[in-house]
Amino acid sequence: MGHPELAAKFTQDVERTHWHDKALWFVREKRDRASKSVPEWEALRRMAQQIKTHTMANLDTYLETFEKNAKAKGIQVHWAKDAEEHNRITLQILNLHNAKKIVKSKSMLTEECHLNPYLEKHGIEVVDTDLGERIIQFRKEPPSHIVLPAIHLKKEDVSKTFHEHIGTEEGNNDPTYLTRAARAHLREKFLGADVGITGVNYAIADTGGVVVCTNEGNADLGATIPKVHIASMGIEKIIPRLEDLAVFTRLLARSATGQPITSYTSHFHGPVEGGEMHVIIVDNGRSPILGSEHYSQALNCIRCGACMNTCPVYRRSGGFSYEATIPGPIGSTLEPCKNLAKHKTLPYACSLCASCSNVCPIRIDLHHQLYFHRQDVVKAGLLDKKKERALGFAGWLFQHPKVLDFCGKMARKVVPFLPRWMMYTSMNAWGEHREMMDFPEKSFKELYVERQKRKQS
Amino acid sequence: MKIGLFIPCYMNELYPGASMATLELLEKQGLEVEYPLEQTCCGQPMANTGCTKDMETLARRFVTLFKKYDYVVGPSGSCVSMVRNNYAQFLAGDPDFEALKVKTFEICEFLHDIIKPETFNVSFPYKVGLHNSCHSHRDAGLGAPSERNIPYFNKLEALLAKVDDIELVKLERVDECCGFGGTFAITESAISAFMGTDRINDHLKAGAEIITGADLSCLMHMDGLIRRQGKPLRIIHIVQILNGGDPHGTPRTRR
Repeated sequence: MGHPELAAKFTQDVERTHWHDKALWFVREKRDRASKSVPEWEALRRMAQQIKTHTMANLDTYLETFEKNAKAKGIQVHWAKDAEEHNRITLQILNLHNAKKIVKSKSMLTEECHLNPYLEKHGIEVVDTDLGERIIQFRKEPPSHIVLPAIHLKKEDVSKTFHEHIGTEEGNNDPTYLTRAARAHLREKFLGADVGITGVNYAIADTGGVVVCTNEGNADLGATIPKVHIASMGIEKIIPRLEDLAVFTRLLARSATGQPITSYTSHFHGPVEGGEMHVIIVDNGRSPILGSEHYSQALNCIRCGACMNTCPVYRRSGGFSYEATIPGPIGSTLEPCKNLAKHKTLPYACSLCASCSNVCPIRIDLHHQLYFHRQDVVKAGLLDKKKERALGFAGWLFQHPKVLDFCGKMARKVVPFLPRWMMYTSMNAWGEHREMMDFPEKSFKELYVERQKRKQS
Repeated sequence: MKIGLFIPCYMNELYPGASMATLELLEKQGLEVEYPLEQTCCGQPMANTGCTKDMETLARRFVTLFKKYDYVVGPSGSCVSMVRNNYAQFLAGDPDFEALKVKTFEICEFLHDIIKPETFNVSFPYKVGLHNSCHSHRDAGLGAPSERNIPYFNKLEALLAKVDDIELVKLERVDECCGFGGTFAITESAISAFMGTDRINDHLKAGAEIITGADLSCLMHMDGLIRRQGKPLRIIHIVQILNGGDPHGTPRTRR
């Protein structure tokens, strides 16, 4: 199934679709208020875009500078070309310490690498410590949003899940009660963990340290209670200087949730006393995007999720309809970059409304990228043949105005007299949800020609 | 000064009234307007799907047909934006295209920025919801997108303010997409219809009797939903209001 089928399935529950749309629109509105409270918002966006674009153009230098400075701080730096290598390195570090219990804070990269199933296969317990992530981990579901991983669930769903897995009272849907229960459950996991894994929001080349932003402080506990901290980052997470960080922290939380800043913006510049800190730098398909003609800006993404919250399609189709690690507009451009055939419906899961490009704090030209991906789909021969033939015929018709005029005339004569059963068939996708247009007696061109004749006579 | 009238293909076939209103409205400003009879389609359906070959042919055809005019004006922000923004992929640097690009206007933008009429001497005594269609609003730049932190402006509202007795209603979501999206309306028909229905309900909740806008494609999509669902709303292209037209398209009962 592609996006259209999964989206159609999602919308069948009308009430839930409205609820999902409104929950995310609420976040978009909060983001609007937060962004409009910063007078220099648009200048910040431009600056962020420039910093990222500059960094990406000099990525090799900055990554090497980061490695050198990180090593000087006692951090062990590893390079992984793909997901498989990332997972193997992680496992090696864990085995070295005979680690069996892992706590992990939110990381879309480890999601992308499918780290959890890999480690579980090797007999290691991985506990996701972000509240939303823990909920979906219990349910064996992937995240449906990159910032709000359990946004597809209502509190009743969470209550049921917690009742089954951590023994909360059945039917108690009080968010405070449920959060407290999760907190107590997670506290035990933190205290018993051998190794903590975190993602990385920013890696600062100049200082050799990494920055992790959370609202729950779970990354801090995970990185400091166990003696070993592994931080996984994509090559694009680098920024040149500490001064640059402020530009991004001012944009990130406002764009993501409408908060002025995340509750925790934690800097990790070396191992805890008597411990170890590892940073794994992962490519996994990013380098080709960097070298692409139309898509390199997609690597500037800071994973705020604002494009998802604003996307009218995402809000009404849910994250799972994208069948991708990263859903929504940014996922619809990143995922086809890596595997076009698998994700060929994603560039079309978009009305090209451009809200995403305007909301994006890094000014990524998201809707243009989706537009260009469509050309790639056609070039790769992946477009539905029926559709390609229909558009080919239309293209020919538009080069032959006389034939076009004739076809239009015929349609205007025939269509108004067609009985309903002939007009509204399964062939007529327009008519599935909509009435057909009223066909006029004459085209504008006919009226125009008559008018010119009258004028001349 | 000679204006080349650019009428989108679907408007020529399906909406002769709004097309004629465009012509009349321009002529009322004392402008000389010509409709090149050979014009067909700007190529957007192909571009929208990714069929570059057909799109390029139609782009070149368009430039050839329209390059001789001092201005090219059309009643669709979407088609105008197609010419201005998307032809560049094939025609950037082509002197004819570069000249055409900066003289091609959506009609409201043309009236607002170039002609600047004081009044239209028309009345439209209805409660009207303005649909800020995405390509007009965000791509052609007819208004300040709600996502941005820039000073507020809206060229369509500015023109409607010159119409007597009109009442613009206040929407909850001022510039959300209606879900037309060209071939999107067919490819993703379930989401498209859901988005359109949500827009219609926003207008109804705000008390609108009429939805207007600068893109009939979006209005056509919403009209199809309105009539299927039997909602008490009608659509009208903004040029018809500015040209003194009456609302049309009375809700039709299901056959």
